[in-house]
Amino acid sequence: MAETKADMIDLAEEIVRDLELGTVSKWKEKTGGKAVGCMPVWSPRELLHAAGILPVGIVGGGDGIEIIKGDAYFQSYICQIPRSTIEMGLNGNLSPLDGMIFPSICDVIRNLSGMWKMLFPKTPAWYLDMPQSFDEIGVDFFTHELKRLFGEFCRVSGQNPDNDSINRSIAIYNENRSLIEELYQKRRERPWCFPVSEGYLLIRAGYQIDVKEHNKMLRSYIDLAAASDCKAIDNARVVVLGSFCEQPPLNLIRTIEKSGCYVVEDDFTLGARLIKGEISTTGDAIENLARAFIEQSREAAFIYRESEKGGELVEKVKKCNAEGVVCCAPSFCDPALLDQPMMVAAIEKASIPYTSFKYAENTGQFQVIREQAGTFADSIKLWS
Amino acid sequence: MDCCTGIDLGSTTTKAVVMDMDGRLLGKGITNSRSNYDIACAVAKSEALINARFALFTHELDELGLEDEVKNRFIKDLQRNFRLEQHLIQQRCLEEEFTHVLSDPRYDEERDLLTSNVSNVLQGMLEEIPLLFAPGIPARSDFFRDIATGGYMKRAQGRKCSGGDFDQLMSLFDKSIIRVENREIDLSFSNNIMPALERVYSEDEELWAKHKDPLRDRVLKVAGIEINELNTVGTGYGRSKLPFRKDQIRSEILCHGLGAHWMFPNTTTVLDIGGQDTKAIQIDNQGIVTSFQMNDRCAAGCGRYLGYIADEMNLGLHELGPLAQTSKRKVKISSTCTVFAGAELRDRMTLGDKREDILAGLHRAMMLRAMSLLARSGGIAEEFTFTGGVAKNVASVAALKHLVKENYGERTINISPDSIYTGAIGAAIFAARSITALDEVAA
Amino acid sequence: MSKPVIKESSMDLQKEMLARHFEKLAVSEENGDKCAYTFVPGNLAELLHCFDLLPVLPEINALQSAMRNKSADYIAAAEKEGHSEDVCTYVKCDLGMAKNGNIGPTGTRLPKPSVLLLSYTGCFTFMKWFEILKQEYDCPIVMLHVPYQADGKPTAEMRRYIVKQLQEKVIPVLEEVSGKKFDIDRLRQLMASSARSEDNFVKVMESAKQTPSPIDGYFGGVYYISPIFTAFRGTPEAETYYEALLAEVNDRAARKLGPLTPEGPMKEEKYRIVVEGPPNWTHFRELWKMFSDEGAVAVASTYTRVGGVYDFGFRHDPDNPLESLADYCLGCYTNLNLPTRTDMISKYVEEYQADGFLINSVKSCNSFSAGQLLILREVEQRTGVPGGFFESDLVDPRYFSAANIKNRLESYFQMIEQKRNAVSAL
Repeated sequence: MAETKADMIDLAEEIVRDLELGTVSKWKEKTGGKAVGCMPVWSPRELLHAAGILPVGIVGGGDGIEIIKGDAYFQSYICQIPRSTIEMGLNGNLSPLDGMIFPSICDVIRNLSGMWKMLFPKTPAWYLDMPQSFDEIGVDFFTHELKRLFGEFCRVSGQNPDNDSINRSIAIYNENRSLIEELYQKRRERPWCFPVSEGYLLIRAGYQIDVKEHNKMLRSYIDLAAASDCKAIDNARVVVLGSFCEQPPLNLIRTIEKSGCYVVEDDFTLGARLIKGEISTTGDAIENLARAFIEQSREAAFIYRESEKGGELVEKVKKCNAEGVVCCAPSFCDPALLDQPMMVAAIEKASIPYTSFKYAENTGQFQVIREQAGTFADSIKLWS
Repeated sequence: MDCCTGIDLGSTTTKAVVMDMDGRLLGKGITNSRSNYDIACAVAKSEALINARFALFTHELDELGLEDEVKNRFIKDLQRNFRLEQHLIQQRCLEEEFTHVLSDPRYDEERDLLTSNVSNVLQGMLEEIPLLFAPGIPARSDFFRDIATGGYMKRAQGRKCSGGDFDQLMSLFDKSIIRVENREIDLSFSNNIMPALERVYSEDEELWAKHKDPLRDRVLKVAGIEINELNTVGTGYGRSKLPFRKDQIRSEILCHGLGAHWMFPNTTTVLDIGGQDTKAIQIDNQGIVTSFQMNDRCAAGCGRYLGYIADEMNLGLHELGPLAQTSKRKVKISSTCTVFAGAELRDRMTLGDKREDILAGLHRAMMLRAMSLLARSGGIAEEFTFTGGVAKNVASVAALKHLVKENYGERTINISPDSIYTGAIGAAIFAARSITALDEVAA
Repeated sequence: MSKPVIKESSMDLQKEMLARHFEKLAVSEENGDKCAYTFVPGNLAELLHCFDLLPVLPEINALQSAMRNKSADYIAAAEKEGHSEDVCTYVKCDLGMAKNGNIGPTGTRLPKPSVLLLSYTGCFTFMKWFEILKQEYDCPIVMLHVPYQADGKPTAEMRRYIVKQLQEKVIPVLEEVSGKKFDIDRLRQLMASSARSEDNFVKVMESAKQTPSPIDGYFGGVYYISPIFTAFRGTPEAETYYEALLAEVNDRAARKLGPLTPEGPMKEEKYRIVVEGPPNWTHFRELWKMFSDEGAVAVASTYTRVGGVYDFGFRHDPDNPLESLADYCLGCYTNLNLPTRTDMISKYVEEYQADGFLINSVKSCNSFSAGQLLILREVEQRTGVPGGFFESDLVDPRYFSAANIKNRLESYFQMIEQKRNAVSAL
């Protein structure tokens, strides 16, 4: 493991940029285990872990891949992430994976699950149907859905873990979530010591490594960053919203930061944080997991909410002492873009300033965004 | 002799070819497309027929037993002077159209000043014409519009000091040249070849003295050959506007497939990048289209995109490719959207990227889109033919070759110097085939 | 002024039904009638009729607005309010219409919803759509979440999940809104009626297996699905309509007549085509004409299965009313996974003896569009029949390029013709 903070960030960036999934192959060699790709946003990583499988977060190819074959499958009005994912699949980048999970977040990822079945018939492609009935009916359905999937995972890994093992996995992920929350909390307190671009890389690296390793990494980063000597700047504190699936290029995140914004809350890696708080580790583990999804999920564009849309966002802005919201959604992202007007209505009602722009994971131009985010930060500072 | 013609009415140029009934290409002609499609077709076809007669004439000359050098010089001189004759006729039309345009009452007040400025300019142009077509001067363009625009603009700018308003002079020119382009003018071989021949003789009396009569006989003979156009088929983006019956119209997809097959019989995949669209076509061993894909409704990655880039960089379209080829370190460009092209370019330039590096990136991005379209249509199985205006761009070709090799391995890539005529050739074959089919039915 | 439209007599019947329905809606507030906003795919028409709730279908309103040239303004109004240009234009058209007085297709004002019944099948946008509407209207909302047929078949768990939602959530809310008690026997009667209409509907659609086909199963099909996909399933009016329609179609078939197009009877059937994807509504007649001018008949289409797939045997079942509602929702076309959709299209190509299949790829609808290019390739490989591809939108006229589409369609039909000639020359 890296010694200094800078080394650690470099290592994280190396892992994130490695589209060949080198860490995954190494893990498989070392442990003899299997690995399963998890498309955004959320997957039951606890169950994969319990079954002896490494959950690997697949969030597209970012700006590191040239799209040729992927474009042959998608029209120009469809977002970027399925193209780069197919490109990686056809290029063999995803060959370390023994299965793929496609959660029910939008029509594009949903249909991609079927495309995967057709294009890669040898790799199991599982659709994860997350209930939109947020009550006991949903808990019941989701418990069955997760049990079904868990059976599939065990079939792939050849292991047969009992309820206690799942509970132990849940506990490890509880720790992971708690560390990530600690990181966000620290960032809110001293954003100059915990830049979003660093925290982002750290969490993203966790998509490709063993969770215990990740927990160690997070712990030591938090300690190193807390001890580091950084100077506070009078930046605007903002919440970034809408980037939970296709990820903004790293340089875009850095651009927002450099143009004078402290990102004190964001949904970049929402999957790792979707469930708030601890998941119970006693009793029926799978039912607990299902219940946690139903009862402890954060407000998100792909989760049905009948009323008070944006309520959680407004609360979050207040809790983080944020001064504004940056709506930053991928082009053609249905959930984020359909959600946005409702979010905007809520923050407008609460007199919270906001700005909005769109990106693609392979955007190479940041000039406009730099100016827009910069102006936004300036205007906040001017009027606050 | 019997022949068939094929016409491809594109968004920027109109192409025509003449083909004999054995499928041999006799002649080809090109003109810039214009608002009057009928005239654009007529001009292209007349050019193709002229080209055909010159080809026949070359063949005739072989029988005279002239030394190659003399023969070649004669053909070159005759063609050059023929162009000169054609140009002079159009220049006279231009003068007439100016008179017509200036007769509009709106110019009542300034007519005298304008007329004097215009006639000065036109006089200057007229004097320059023989120089433009003098021996050893490389042809600047095939199109009267291009040459006339250059000559006029240069002189109109000069008139500024004498009190004329440049913009007004240009607007007069625009009105007049459109009238010229949409007017039927006899530029045919038979009506213009004799004055051209006399010009050849007078350029070098001594050299041609002993060949005068036999050469004239051959010219007359070729001018007298009756060329029977049995059928014609039209294609291209403007094909619904073509002055033909429905059964004389074929889609450009089919024509490009067949045309590419005619040029390169082993072709299985055709990529055509024109001004407005990109087509990826798969054909069988008879040139029959088995599947095709066209670009999205936006023109990203088409020839038009290069046009925007050239404008933005203040370069000529033909300069882009060679400049891009000098790049040592190409910049990664993600968008080939014509709408954003300008902004992205300026952004890159402010970041300090070199023009050639940006251009290299742009050409690659453009070819990436073409590769996707090819993949959509079924990939590149065997021999591959690249056609359309963009096939003339060296950087595009280089990027494409590289990408094809990367994605499909070694593939034969054909690019014909006549690639711009692919659609018209396919159309001419269709024209000939339907005649043959009719004959068979009759038999 | 456009040319007069040539109509079948069943069209008049349908027009009257619709007029009566919108009339009822227009005076519903005075009469104390309640209405439910709900969607076409997975609609619970019989259940709504049980409670005498009048259905209002926002996507139908949107497409009607497009056919009346109103959608451009409505979409612009919604985009001005901050709705992204990237998202579904049905939603924006509907919101724009609501902002402009909520005038329905027959020129009368639509009532505000008494309840938003979000039965959301095969499309995530529906969910967001009603979340947005919920911000606009102060009324109860109830969701029925229908799982996706990811593995190509409905499971007992899925069915149970839906039935429980119906029993514990949907029905209680509808009871409360309507003030009426749920009567399962009335539901059974309505479903028996649905099944009768469905039988006749399937016969109409399958008449296209004959040569020449007496119907157009895409453009014409849009009219045939209208009653059964919307407010009328389970009603005597629908039964009468489908009886009349079937008689009409049988008559045409007996006389070997092709379909009736708005321009008049179709002359020669030259190409038999299967179509995937929704129609474009802003240039509906123009697009149809591009087909019929070339002698192309759509013998089958997937769009006419979005409100229920009936041709593989499913019928609303009065003996198992709630379970059968669940199966109905699960089985709607866009709730099927891509392999199933590919199978279905291949089957249509074969059973309807099609010469080709065309995909209208619609910008608004990712549920349909994402993956269509893979379907294209697969169906081509499996059936050996050439596929074609063109792009448009549902109700945004900015995305309809007539020249571009005409060019592709003509090229495509000529390609089929050329292949045919090549085969016959052998």
